[in-house]
Amino acid sequence: MSVRPLNERPLAKDMPALGDRAGSAWRTILGPLERYRLTPVIIIAVLIALAPLLFPSAYYYRVAALVYIFALAAIGLNLLMGYAGQVSLGHAGFMGIGAYAVAIGPVHLGVPGWLSLLAGAAISAIVAFVVGRPILRLKGHYLAVATLGFGLLLAIVFTNEAEWTGGPDGMSVPRLVLFGWSVRGSQTWYWVSGVCLVLGAALAFNLIASPAGRAMRAIHDSETAASVLGIDVARTKLMIFVISAIYASVAGSCLALFNGHITPDAADFLTSIELVAMVVLGGMGSIVGSLVGASVLVVLPQVLTVLHDYEHMVLGLVIMGVMIYLRSGIVPSIAMAFRGWRR
Amino acid sequence: MTSHCQSCFARVAAAAFALAVVATPSAVLAQVKIGSSLAVTGPASFLGDPEKRTLEMYVDEINKKGGVNGEKLELVIYDDGGNANKARTFATRLVEEDKVAVMIGGSTTGATMAMIPVFEEAGIPFISLAGGISIVEPVKKWVFKTPHTDRMACEKIFTDLKRRNLTNIAIISGTGAFGKSMRDQCVKVAPASGITIVHEETYGRGDSDMTPQLTNIKNKKGVQAVVNTGFGQGPAIVTRNYRQLAIEQPLYQSHGVASKQFIKLAGDAANGVRLPAAALLVADKLPDGDPQKPVVTAYTKKYQDKTGQPVSTFGGHAYDGLMIFVEAAERAKSFDPAKVRDEIEKTKNFVGTGGIVNKSPKDHLGLDQSAFRMLEIKDGDWTLVPESDS
Repeated sequence: MSVRPLNERPLAKDMPALGDRAGSAWRTILGPLERYRLTPVIIIAVLIALAPLLFPSAYYYRVAALVYIFALAAIGLNLLMGYAGQVSLGHAGFMGIGAYAVAIGPVHLGVPGWLSLLAGAAISAIVAFVVGRPILRLKGHYLAVATLGFGLLLAIVFTNEAEWTGGPDGMSVPRLVLFGWSVRGSQTWYWVSGVCLVLGAALAFNLIASPAGRAMRAIHDSETAASVLGIDVARTKLMIFVISAIYASVAGSCLALFNGHITPDAADFLTSIELVAMVVLGGMGSIVGSLVGASVLVVLPQVLTVLHDYEHMVLGLVIMGVMIYLRSGIVPSIAMAFRGWRR
Repeated sequence: MTSHCQSCFARVAAAAFALAVVATPSAVLAQVKIGSSLAVTGPASFLGDPEKRTLEMYVDEINKKGGVNGEKLELVIYDDGGNANKARTFATRLVEEDKVAVMIGGSTTGATMAMIPVFEEAGIPFISLAGGISIVEPVKKWVFKTPHTDRMACEKIFTDLKRRNLTNIAIISGTGAFGKSMRDQCVKVAPASGITIVHEETYGRGDSDMTPQLTNIKNKKGVQAVVNTGFGQGPAIVTRNYRQLAIEQPLYQSHGVASKQFIKLAGDAANGVRLPAAALLVADKLPDGDPQKPVVTAYTKKYQDKTGQPVSTFGGHAYDGLMIFVEAAERAKSFDPAKVRDEIEKTKNFVGTGGIVNKSPKDHLGLDQSAFRMLEIKDGDWTLVPESDS
């Protein structure tokens, strides 16, 4: 379910009131990124830029950076789940590939961190491509189970290939060095992950409004109807699976570089479920929803520590409550309520 | 339509950040804070739960007696569920928000390794309760640990094997964190101990039958003894299958199964099994002259009276960590992190539940092989194997 009709393209006269020349230059530079589609991205960027004003210590930067990193992975998964209508219960596996790429690359192969990040994304894309072809022929529960198995398989590999991955205790990840500048500390990573998130969100919004994005949403509604319209269903599904794997991989790389140490639990089943929960809680088919979902699931456990033994119970209750009262997820439900109220 | 959505996006995002702001508990001053991040829930809760109870119990007791250096201690415990990423976040929180004087915690090696950089950078002493040897090797300035290592357990087993003139062994190991790590350590120290590993088998975490692996071992010529590194149910199944196949060579289990639960699970098959274990588990079996006897019996009594649960070595590690810190702070006559760190490093002849601790700038663990006792299971109970029957 999308928040608003994203396929409505504004007419030229609705373009920014910057004067005709500026407007056309704007359009030429940003191509399909029309102004209305960029608005939420700009809001996210402004919030990311302003949020540190409220942060009294590095701990806040760290929590926020984690929100952005998980939001990035959730946005990728949301493209697959919310827009293309395919489920994946093994997405943490791709996070794991990205995470271990930036650990194994520099440590065992002498590849610099940034190149390892790109290599991890490429490996994730290839793995998603190869695995996706057979797996995406499945539907519904069968697809869920297949992706689940795939995720478990990757987690087992990370745990057992101890010579490469350090086994269950994990391995340390060398700091990312960019142009002689060592990227370290919560504050630095806040900005790095913030930029990644903004870029990821912008690309996602762009993708959704592109012909491929419309094809995706058509598949979500009805595969048969989509194929009648001439959409290559298998190819579109595979493409979106690969894209969402790249999102997860980059997020995993960021997480590993940020923490400086990686253990297989970054790739385990619980993390996959957490990602799915972020997407569903925030709202399927809402990019901003993924950010909200990630915020809730990363920040809430930190808030609830004051409850000590009841922490997990309350967390579960909050999630249940949200799903009962805001059925389409936080962002779409609130958006709908607003629309109804305005009318 | 667009304008509605702008406002709702903004509101939702603002709400998310407002939530983040609420996340600070207001800092209570004038007390010395001890920070801890433990796996209280989740798959490693068998570690974190007794550790948490022990810390709470003894911090209470110390405060009732007037605290340390005239100041009360306050315990700040977070539950990381054994997840390294969460542990790292809590470590940052303990340093930045709670401003702790010391960190006693980290139930798992993975969580500890993820937290180390935080305390190294902040310059706060960190006493880990996790088993991995990588925590203190290489030595890190601010990082210490209390639990014995897998390597020491291997050496203890190998010493006993040598005494019995059994030098060719087979290893069957679980692929979980514990089994894997201990197997690696055993393989590493085997040559130095004069032990040859002639065959190896592994089993997975959820496996319910190890007969095939054990049959391979049985058919292998020249195996004089079998060592099983593993944790949880696996070793109990190995022990049962071992007897079912009527393998006659001695079977050694690891310190990971040194609990009454293991004897219960393995039943009669457990008889004759030898394993290294901390003195804490055999408190009542220790001879009266044993220097550890008063400490381990006192801890056992207190823990069991208070919680109604059988004592475990993991809680003991937390006791050792807390007491090493308290004694160091008393010697330093302050809670200044640098001074406390120096005093922790100078810990000598500290009698803890895990052994007698002698730390040095080169050894941030400070235990030797004497931390382990070799036990044999007889008639469903532990018996001490005399150390000097060579």
